[in-house]
Amino acid sequence: MLTADRVIALSIVGLSVYFMLHALALPIGWEGSTGGPGGGAFPFWLSLVMALCAGGILLRSVQAPRENSEAPFFDPDTVRAVAAVAVALAVTIALIPLAGAYVAIILFLIWYLRVFGRHSWTLTLILTASTPVFLFLFFEVTLKILLPKGWTEPLFLPLYATFF
Amino acid sequence: MEMLSLLADGFATSLSPLNLAIVILGVTAGLFIGAMPGLGSVNGVAIVLPLTFIVPPSSAIILLAAIYYGAMYGGAVSSVLLGIPGASTAVATTFDGRPMAQRGKAGLALIAAAVASFVGGTISVVLFTIFAVPLADLALAFGPAEEFALVLLAFTTFVGLGGDDILKTIIMICLGLVLSTVGLDLISGQPRLIFGDLPGFYSGISFLVLAIGVYGVGEVLHTIETSKSAPQVTPAKLTFREFGDGLRQMNRLWKTMSVGSFLGFFVGMLPAAGATPASLMAYGIAKTTSKRPETFGTGNIEGVAAPETANNAASTGSLLPMLTLGIPGSPTTALLLGGMVMWGLMPGPMLFIEQPDFVWGLISSLYTANFAAVAINIALIPLFVWALRMPFTVLCAMVLVLCIVGGFAPSQKMHDVWLIAGFGVAGYLLRKADYPLAPLVLALVLGPLMEKSFRQTLIAEQGNLLAFVERPLSGTFIALAALFFVLPLLKHVRGKEKKQVVTPAE
Repeated sequence: MLTADRVIALSIVGLSVYFMLHALALPIGWEGSTGGPGGGAFPFWLSLVMALCAGGILLRSVQAPRENSEAPFFDPDTVRAVAAVAVALAVTIALIPLAGAYVAIILFLIWYLRVFGRHSWTLTLILTASTPVFLFLFFEVTLKILLPKGWTEPLFLPLYATFF
Repeated sequence: MEMLSLLADGFATSLSPLNLAIVILGVTAGLFIGAMPGLGSVNGVAIVLPLTFIVPPSSAIILLAAIYYGAMYGGAVSSVLLGIPGASTAVATTFDGRPMAQRGKAGLALIAAAVASFVGGTISVVLFTIFAVPLADLALAFGPAEEFALVLLAFTTFVGLGGDDILKTIIMICLGLVLSTVGLDLISGQPRLIFGDLPGFYSGISFLVLAIGVYGVGEVLHTIETSKSAPQVTPAKLTFREFGDGLRQMNRLWKTMSVGSFLGFFVGMLPAAGATPASLMAYGIAKTTSKRPETFGTGNIEGVAAPETANNAASTGSLLPMLTLGIPGSPTTALLLGGMVMWGLMPGPMLFIEQPDFVWGLISSLYTANFAAVAINIALIPLFVWALRMPFTVLCAMVLVLCIVGGFAPSQKMHDVWLIAGFGVAGYLLRKADYPLAPLVLALVLGPLMEKSFRQTLIAEQGNLLAFVERPLSGTFIALAALFFVLPLLKHVRGKEKKQVVTPAE
């Protein structure tokens, strides 16, 4: 917990510095002629406050560690499950522009329900088959929002012809 | 009297077949979302918001408000049947709701929760109706200086009353404000904070992206971690005799329920407080003023009634500053505010003048939502018992798919979907390290208003910083904000003094 607290506080300091460097592109000081602060002032000074507070957390963790600081931040049993889902989510999003939203989501659901959730093939197939149909009818047909198709675009041409 | 005629006009809007159907749909969806452990009103509104493009903007807001409302009712269901609060707002309901269920009175506890929610909802909606116009009239006098002072006041309530680590709270407020400045400078129009030169950042970071990330993806990751085994559902049978019995028992609890309603309404208006502390406070008051406080915690029906009136009243209370002042009273209303801005319905006093049909339609829909919620809640109890058996893995998979597609739909950019995944993981880690997420979301929603009003005031006053304290209203807000800010410091100093006094005696 203590290490994680420090790592997070340190990352926030890093993030603040990164924000401040970006904010420097615009004036961060007082603009005498127009009155009031420049365009970069708001993000710059707020990032500085953020960095100072994170620094305070770091300082505090050195000076007076909390009582529960011995408890591990990650439970080894569950962290693997969380990481697996996060990776699967990233793979799915990466796949959407290439293989299309429908293929990516079907693969994701099969992995999540069958492999990760250990559900029966019946439940997996019912949900995997009905979700894309719902998404197509809801987003594409009703809302006219086209989801990315990637390589699978040609397969949808007959569907477009039917619905639009 | 003018108010009543406006309200009557509002009912003409909210009782139209489309809006009535929307209220029923929203309340039902909200009930299920609230009943699912891990999903509360804020998650429901974040995930469903992109789907509301299907109806006109005013109906979309009515739908989201109905979900918010239904989720408050639904939270009690899993508190009673699983012993796990369906949302943090229903924590206090587990104290007596769970023991009641274990003694075979789950049905009675659910009826008590539904009736109490109805009473809390009704009293608070009436209070809402009474206060809305005067507050909006007051807000009409607000200039940019008052707007800035009010936003500042909203943030300082988190520092003074939030109860979280103060440094972490300030970090989250600043992070939200900085993220809100991404895109084009409000005054000069120059691009700023375009990370990695990605074109997606030119349009800024939408509140929806952050909300879906933190409350959708982040919440799922949190649920995966905390729910190792499927929980045990207590069966709840409901007979007409039990229903009548429940009503008779509730009839004796008017004092508790009115205290809970008023308390909830006013606590709910504060951005940092809201439904969870309100329900805990109402429980505490009911217990201390009870003739038999020792029965609390063992299945006293009063211990179910008190928090349930308060959390429903608080949800209505938090809508009041959002609609009249444009300052949300809770993370969920922050999302409603973001949605309204997205649809061109700028909340604040002008909304009451320019869009009275919408405003009064929304207010009157709270009355219909309340009736719909209590009826649907009691009628669907058997269905909840069944739905709560749904494994988390099915629920989580569906929520993640909705997060991906729902995150893509509004802007149709993969950039936003990646941001959602990033915010999800970051939000999960920050939450684990006890960083509060509500101020982050609120800051992102209010950031543009805060910066704009600050800079507008200074430009109008030729850079005179004293302008914020010289105007009476904004000066009062700033003074209050300063008070909230030093409140934890005072507590800290007093705590140290006490320690010093105690030490020599040891």
